[in-house]
Amino acid sequence: MRIVFKTSYDRDIDLFKHGPQAFWYGLLVVIMVALPWLLSEFFLGEIINVLIWALAGMGLMILVGHTGQASLGHAAFLAVGCYANVLLQERLGLPFILSFPLAGLISGVVGALIAIPMTRLHGIYLAIGTLAIAILTEDLIVIAEPLTGGISGMFSPNITLFGFEIERYSTPEAFYWLTLAIVIGVLLLYRNLLRSPLGRAFAAVRDSEVSAQAMGINIALTKATAFGMSTAVTGLAGAMMGHFAGFFNNETFNIIISIQLLLMIVVGGLGTIHGAFFGAIVVALLPQAIALSRDFLGSTLGLGSIAIPGLESALFGLILIGFILFEPMGIYGRWLKIRTYFELFPFYRRDMFRRQKSYLKTERMR
Amino acid sequence: MDVLQLIVSGLANGCVYGLIALGFVLIYKATEAVNFAQGDFMMLGAFITLGLTNAEYMGLPFWVSVPIAILIMGVFGYLLDMLVLRRMFGQSQIAVVILTIALGFVLRFAAGAIWGHEPVSLQSPIAGKDVNLGGLVLGLDEVLVVIVTAVATLLLYFYFNVTKLGVAMQAASQNQLAAYYMGIPVKRVHSLIWALAGAVAAIAGVLFASKGSIDPSAGLLGIKAFAAAVIGGFGSLPGALLGGLIVGLIEPFASYYIAAGYSQIAPYLLLFLILVFRPHGILAQVHRKKV
Repeated sequence: MRIVFKTSYDRDIDLFKHGPQAFWYGLLVVIMVALPWLLSEFFLGEIINVLIWALAGMGLMILVGHTGQASLGHAAFLAVGCYANVLLQERLGLPFILSFPLAGLISGVVGALIAIPMTRLHGIYLAIGTLAIAILTEDLIVIAEPLTGGISGMFSPNITLFGFEIERYSTPEAFYWLTLAIVIGVLLLYRNLLRSPLGRAFAAVRDSEVSAQAMGINIALTKATAFGMSTAVTGLAGAMMGHFAGFFNNETFNIIISIQLLLMIVVGGLGTIHGAFFGAIVVALLPQAIALSRDFLGSTLGLGSIAIPGLESALFGLILIGFILFEPMGIYGRWLKIRTYFELFPFYRRDMFRRQKSYLKTERMR
Repeated sequence: MDVLQLIVSGLANGCVYGLIALGFVLIYKATEAVNFAQGDFMMLGAFITLGLTNAEYMGLPFWVSVPIAILIMGVFGYLLDMLVLRRMFGQSQIAVVILTIALGFVLRFAAGAIWGHEPVSLQSPIAGKDVNLGGLVLGLDEVLVVIVTAVATLLLYFYFNVTKLGVAMQAASQNQLAAYYMGIPVKRVHSLIWALAGAVAAIAGVLFASKGSIDPSAGLLGIKAFAAAVIGGFGSLPGALLGGLIVGLIEPFASYYIAAGYSQIAPYLLLFLILVFRPHGILAQVHRKKV
């Protein structure tokens, strides 16, 4: 157990709690930067996929994990970011370096505008409202065919950055570094947001709206800001997803993606940035893990290649049910418990992370 | 005549939505949880009936297999609550939502693995017959759907407002701890309501399957039924039916009068407008939150 001796109030909002923590995260960054020399192209592609999902997960985490507003419609903002990015490049001829942040901005503004009526809704109603938006967006893409290509979809152009041509297949390393740089940039912004008064306001709104209001926080404004920031980051992820996939249409960002995003951050661990990354690793690598184990089982048992449709989502569902029942704090929560166990060894108590039991009271009929 | 035909088919569809929405509302009314897998319950109920009835599976008579299917779904609901959802006691609503979404994935996979992913039709004696009502020819299935739904809604409405168990269920929802102090077995009440929701889903499934074919992804219809429940006012049984009927009626009229592509967004657009202007539905049950 490390005891951090704080000598000023500013230490409370330091980026890293203590030196060794900074060292380990620094080491992680170094390894991540060096990854293209360590992995084959196939695995590098998978890592890019994980990073993009983590980016989208961070976007949703701002809203769900830190502001406590459930959203089942974030695929809509992935779509807004993706289409805005490609359309700005193709129709207006903007370079990637302009179109990418603009795509995030557009997505954020759209999200904040939608949030204005939505902030009146609570819990389950909010989830439904955002679900409706996701479904509407899917249909709107088809309706706005002259702009979006409708069902026949669109191809994303190659990224041109400072004179370099970046494409997923011909220059995977460059694509990887670009994604990594974006993820680290957003990560720093997110960390700083949490250390700022606005981030604290988000957490206050999550924990108790009434108390937050009593502390002088404008609830509606805070929620709308959280929505805007969340959808902006998700829009950035959508833009990268478009470039990564190469082709997209109305079905690329369907309702299942929204649900998967929400499930992902729950598996990772709600309310922590780590959770977005752990969840992304599970979601992005699960299909590959299933495929690999299927091949392995097929060859060892002599069954040939077995294909079971829908296995992936069912397995994901089972994992999720397991997590909600046995580890509601997600993978990161489990990691925290394991770490505390070893740090306090042999003084870890079972009840250390137990939450107080709460009983439901209805919001209807008072 | 065209308009009348549209109204009847809309009503029949709306009643199926209404029945699924009833399942949502039942569970919400009694446990304050939202079962996102209700549509998949419906799908499962339909498939169980199909497995019992169709000649290539069990080949039981239709009128024997329907009660058995309803019973099986009831037991399924009870066990589901007892074994899985009871552990969620006292956790947030969103956790239950996520759990049931995941459950929907699993049920869809299970149904696909057992009965295949191709659309199949239920061999029911209702399908394909006509009733002549004074010159107006209607499908027997459509008439039956409307009648069954009306009866089911009435029964459930009286059940909740008159019977002792129904009132106990309302009490358990309003304040779990206080209800427990009053001697209401809150946990068993919850399991019973899940059983009831399962049974209602089975009825909806049978009616849905007799109107057409069924496949494992039919559960996604639940999203539309959900919209119906919210439009009508979550937590109100007549509201669920009303919402179902509205969504059911909007669909055929929208696809008849509005260009294709625009028509399918009509129910969701209505949902969005309702949420913005009357957030708790037409028959609202929510009043301003007190501290």
